[in-house]
Amino acid sequence: METKNLTCINCPMGCALTVTLDNGEVTSVTGNTCKRGDIYARKEVTNPTRIVTSSVRVKGGEIPMVSCKTKNDIPKGMIFDITNALCNVEVSAPVKIGDVIIENVLDTGVDIIATKNVAAI
Amino acid sequence: MKNYDLVIIGGGPAGLAAAISAKESGIDSILILERDKELGGILNQCIHNGFGLHTFNEELTGPEYAARFIDRVLELGIEYKLNTMVMDITKDKKVTAMNREDGLFSIDAKSVILAMGCRERPRGALNIPGYRPAGIYSAGTAQRLVNIEGYMPGRKVVILGSGDIGLIMARRMTLEGAEVKVVAEIMPYSGGLKRNIVQCLDDFNIPLKLSHTVVDIEGKDRVSAVTIAKVDEHMKPIPGTEERYECDTLLLSVGLLPENELSRQSGVELSPIHRGPIVNDSLETSVPGIFACGNVLHVHDLVDFVSKEASQAGKSAALYIKNGEKENSISLPINAVDGVRYTVPEFIRPNDMEESVTVRFRVGGVFKKCAIATYFGDTLVSKKKRPIMAPGEMEQVVIKKSDLLNAGDIKDITIKIEEA
Repeated sequence: METKNLTCINCPMGCALTVTLDNGEVTSVTGNTCKRGDIYARKEVTNPTRIVTSSVRVKGGEIPMVSCKTKNDIPKGMIFDITNALCNVEVSAPVKIGDVIIENVLDTGVDIIATKNVAAI
Repeated sequence: MKNYDLVIIGGGPAGLAAAISAKESGIDSILILERDKELGGILNQCIHNGFGLHTFNEELTGPEYAARFIDRVLELGIEYKLNTMVMDITKDKKVTAMNREDGLFSIDAKSVILAMGCRERPRGALNIPGYRPAGIYSAGTAQRLVNIEGYMPGRKVVILGSGDIGLIMARRMTLEGAEVKVVAEIMPYSGGLKRNIVQCLDDFNIPLKLSHTVVDIEGKDRVSAVTIAKVDEHMKPIPGTEERYECDTLLLSVGLLPENELSRQSGVELSPIHRGPIVNDSLETSVPGIFACGNVLHVHDLVDFVSKEASQAGKSAALYIKNGEKENSISLPINAVDGVRYTVPEFIRPNDMEESVTVRFRVGGVFKKCAIATYFGDTLVSKKKRPIMAPGEMEQVVIKKSDLLNAGDIKDITIKIEEA
């Protein structure tokens, strides 16, 4: 048996949730005042995911950086691996929203895509 | 002197949405004046996601959200000038501006929409003791440096204030390799959204110290340490509770102030509470034909609501340009009392309003298991239960024209917080 404490993010209430796990299986969620807290807690302890956003350098663009993101959620535990993989990346202008910056980053099956248009100078 | 039907001051989310809506309401002669070198305003540096959930039903980053509106502005052929600073707006809607191509120029407008946004409260407004070394930035400045200019402001960071930009920057600096030691908040509650506290601080084990403030900044050339202390209920530091953090950077996220210098020059009446123009249901200020929307009107948490509000301003300006000012319109004041700090709008015109008007406001403290009560005169007309309300999250009440017209001869509307 293992317990994890979370703060629910569904509303400003921010209920303090306690999740009990048995062999990785959720056995109970307490502390929530509504159903959304229960759903959030189960996902958050079994398979927490996040969109990672960052920015990378642009060569020959009208601004020096272009913002980017993982096209879909990636496992929360890989956030730093992703930002490390982005740290020395440089792209060439022009860049358009949706352009793939890294394909299938770290074998997650998720692309890193540009989130801003940067024109060439 | 040039002539335009509508001049919009600011090309950020509010200005863009207002322009689109005015154009779609039949106004062709529109000019947006933007002081930065690109449209989109502050969204350009807000590269995190979470924008657009209400408007587009998906989570976009700031630049993506801005691009949707910029693309539409271009598609509609709306004119805009970049790198252009507006110097003055007069009561009769003469706009004076300057840029490098045109020099100093004036425009006669039939209507003006104020959409200048807000700026961050600086260190000077806080009376923080200590030295004045390099390494103290507002959170938004740090955000621009990291996300647009490509510079890291520092490596070991203390953040004062738990506004959303501070929380977002705690995560951003961490992801770029900095060590964020602590976020101190003078209030007993955070000024930021819950999801930002969890996803920007908790995810990275960054401590949030409520009821704490900075009492000393050390460092001669560059920040070398920051001391924080717990504060009592009068926000006075409690001796003996000091904690010293060695760091090279202090970020300030201590509130946003609507940027109303131009509004003031034009004679628009401002609210001492939300620090933006006082407006009626059409978002018209005290000067006929001058409208306001977005963060210059009152600081929002979500850009989706800025866009909505700005569309309303655009539509109202279009009506004004076509029909002129409504004469002898009855205007009911909205009283904001018992926990409600202010409302936007402050006035509603029952006969001339749209079918419904969204009244937005903030509460003055944390209220649990309470209700938002709306009165027409002395009659309670609605009571909306809320499990929790906090100053960091904007609240709203929708008032229907039909209800107001049925209410008979009333003198005012009151919105307050009551027990549920």
